Amino acid sequence: MDLDFTDEEAAFCEEVRDFVRKSLPRSIRQKMLFNRELTKDDLITWTRILDKKGWAVSHWPVEWGGMGWSPVKQALFIDVMQQEMAPDTLSFGTSMVGPIIYTFGNETQKKRFLPRIVNLEDWWCQGFSEPQAGSDLASLRTTAVRDGDDYVVNGQKTWTTLGQHADWIFCLVRTNREVKKQAGISFLLIDMTSPGVTVRPIQTIDGGYEINDVFLDNVRVPAENLVGEENRGWDYAKFLLQHERTGIARVGASKASLRRARELAEREGRDNSARLDLPHIRSRIALLEVELKALEITQYRVLSEESQSGGNSHSPAASILKVKGSEIQQAISEVMLDLAGPHALTLLTPADGHNDLDRSWAGTVAETYLNWRKVSIYGGSNEIQRNIIAKQLLAS
Amino acid sequence: MDLQINEQQRLLKESVQKLAADLYPFEKREAIRLSEAGWSRDYWAQYAELGLAGLTVEEAYGGIGCGPFETMVVMEELGRSLAPEPFVATVLLGGGLIRHAGNEEQKERLLPGLCSGELLLAFAHLEEQARHELHDIATVAAKTADGYRLKGRKTLVLHGSDADVLVVAARLSGDRLDRDGIGLFLVAGDASGVSRQGHRTIDGRPAAEIVFQDVDVPSRDMLDAPGETLAVIERVADETIAALAAEGVGVMDEMLKMTIEHVGLRKQFGTEIASFQAIQHRLADMYIALEQARSMAIYAAGIGRDNDPERRGAGIAAAKVQLCRSLRYVGQQAIQLHGGIGMTMEYKVGHLFQRATAIEALFGGAEHHLQTLAAGGGLFAA
Repeated sequence: MDLDFTDEEAAFCEEVRDFVRKSLPRSIRQKMLFNRELTKDDLITWTRILDKKGWAVSHWPVEWGGMGWSPVKQALFIDVMQQEMAPDTLSFGTSMVGPIIYTFGNETQKKRFLPRIVNLEDWWCQGFSEPQAGSDLASLRTTAVRDGDDYVVNGQKTWTTLGQHADWIFCLVRTNREVKKQAGISFLLIDMTSPGVTVRPIQTIDGGYEINDVFLDNVRVPAENLVGEENRGWDYAKFLLQHERTGIARVGASKASLRRARELAEREGRDNSARLDLPHIRSRIALLEVELKALEITQYRVLSEESQSGGNSHSPAASILKVKGSEIQQAISEVMLDLAGPHALTLLTPADGHNDLDRSWAGTVAETYLNWRKVSIYGGSNEIQRNIIAKQLLAS
Repeated sequence: MDLQINEQQRLLKESVQKLAADLYPFEKREAIRLSEAGWSRDYWAQYAELGLAGLTVEEAYGGIGCGPFETMVVMEELGRSLAPEPFVATVLLGGGLIRHAGNEEQKERLLPGLCSGELLLAFAHLEEQARHELHDIATVAAKTADGYRLKGRKTLVLHGSDADVLVVAARLSGDRLDRDGIGLFLVAGDASGVSRQGHRTIDGRPAAEIVFQDVDVPSRDMLDAPGETLAVIERVADETIAALAAEGVGVMDEMLKMTIEHVGLRKQFGTEIASFQAIQHRLADMYIALEQARSMAIYAAGIGRDNDPERRGAGIAAAKVQLCRSLRYVGQQAIQLHGGIGMTMEYKVGHLFQRATAIEALFGGAEHHLQTLAAGGGLFAA
């Protein structure tokens, strides 16, 4: 047992850090630092820079563009990227539909879709949740009825993040109503330009537009866009929940925000006394650092266990990553909100001519605070994660 | 980075598990706890036979030369089984001080006896006014013709009543709060001028208040760490906190295991209480608290070796903060979910909670270490 980095691991982190510092466009870095929304072009630009380096889908199988790194090395990569303020690649493509396609798709689908995910030529979004199917996802009602060479899809998907940019949506649809609800679901890839697809933006409490309703009205989907077998979609969705869990802890990003919180606490204050000089502020930050350090090691433990078991470990520890990761992110956003004090109330946006992001840092912390409430809701709410943990504890 | 225990560590774990299963069934442990000494020399001899008394001592002195991860593995099992034997007092504290600060002659004189289980050590360090400040020492060591004369009062000396040799921290020069001028002295437990008042701690373990009234110590019994005594004390304290973190993990793991078992059997309103989501989510949170502490126990074992005292101190403080918070949460919930039976001395979970509470307070609780951390530059300083 040894927590120290090997020389090779340390050199790798250095290499990634250097790369990001040299290659990440300053305008994107600034937006990340101040939690401003990235444009579609920003993400495409960064993804292509990564792709050129070969790192856009480093976690994929080598055959499809992956780097063949160990899970620990992959986690180090993500950690450094996030600490250096590099945007994550579009997870709906690289961490969700991509892995589904290379694991369960046929050769034609792999050749057709995977290369276009790598360089973000196709923007993917996720069609899982529905108005009546949230945590109880299996109760989804969107139907797909076979008609000749097509499926005809009818229903409504919601909370579709960045769906406004999307070329494609991967959907869970009901193909059999006669069986147990989990057994009648299929995994379908739908072209967003198909007639009958309507996207309605939803404004969130932070004022932003990142989520949408997607209405599917008699949308004809070629049957060749079915992934895997009909009525096996639930298994594929569960596969997603059991894989790619390490990104969800966002340890690297939280390290960066905690550093930022310290920096701001040192700078902000009144009458020459910094907020950081207040014992309760220091303690709050220190306590979050403790929890984050623990989470970082928990994450490496989960990865190490997964590599040992060949990916077959279903330790409830994976759910800790989601629960603690989200709680820590939220708690940091609260510290920032409190540091900003009344300044958090003023919305200073570039649209109003406020381009000095550094001066107006406080103007985004309230938005971030409001927006971050989502992290304990999405990806299997924290209540669902606790159910999962308890179920496994009680079964053992 | 490697987070798996190796073959040797696995074997060590199994042998301690086997020993504990033999020595500490509830009734047998109760007999020891209620005995006059509160621990068992006979048991300690069995520890020594397995090599545990010399776990961290170099082979040249009769030990088995293990490091912090082996200590972690052992402590987790001792925690789980609530072993009251003097592993912390003798091996980690007394043994640690002699290993780090003793000269060759002192090591040869003392360490073999430690390893064979015949020599019991204790660390007479803490004073009433000091709380957890390691350098707050009022006990004086005045120079005499052929040595030193100790005068002062020590508190919470773990296993202090039974120790054959006390390692005593005393001030050679300077004021009570000076970081320099501290010395460590080897004093026989029954030396003239030493009076020991034994008592039990909240978890039933033996400890002592000790008064040193003009106790003469020959020069050869001062540990040899000129100018670095406090650094040695800090290192040994840090190593001990890392070990206590592992013990705490064992305590919590056992509490959670017992609680899961209990809620699966206990029926109210016609069904197992495990079927209630209020209970399930509590279990999930206990598990999260436990695993976060386990991660920090691993972290502490690793960083306990760090030679940079500041980095090591911050890491250890962070580990203790997480440990204390987890111990409190898991312990309180374990009692809550057990209901009435958790309140009694007739059931192990209450004893585990007592130990959890004691581990929190040993070498500084969450408040103390959070203050240390908060004063520093942060765990993730760039």
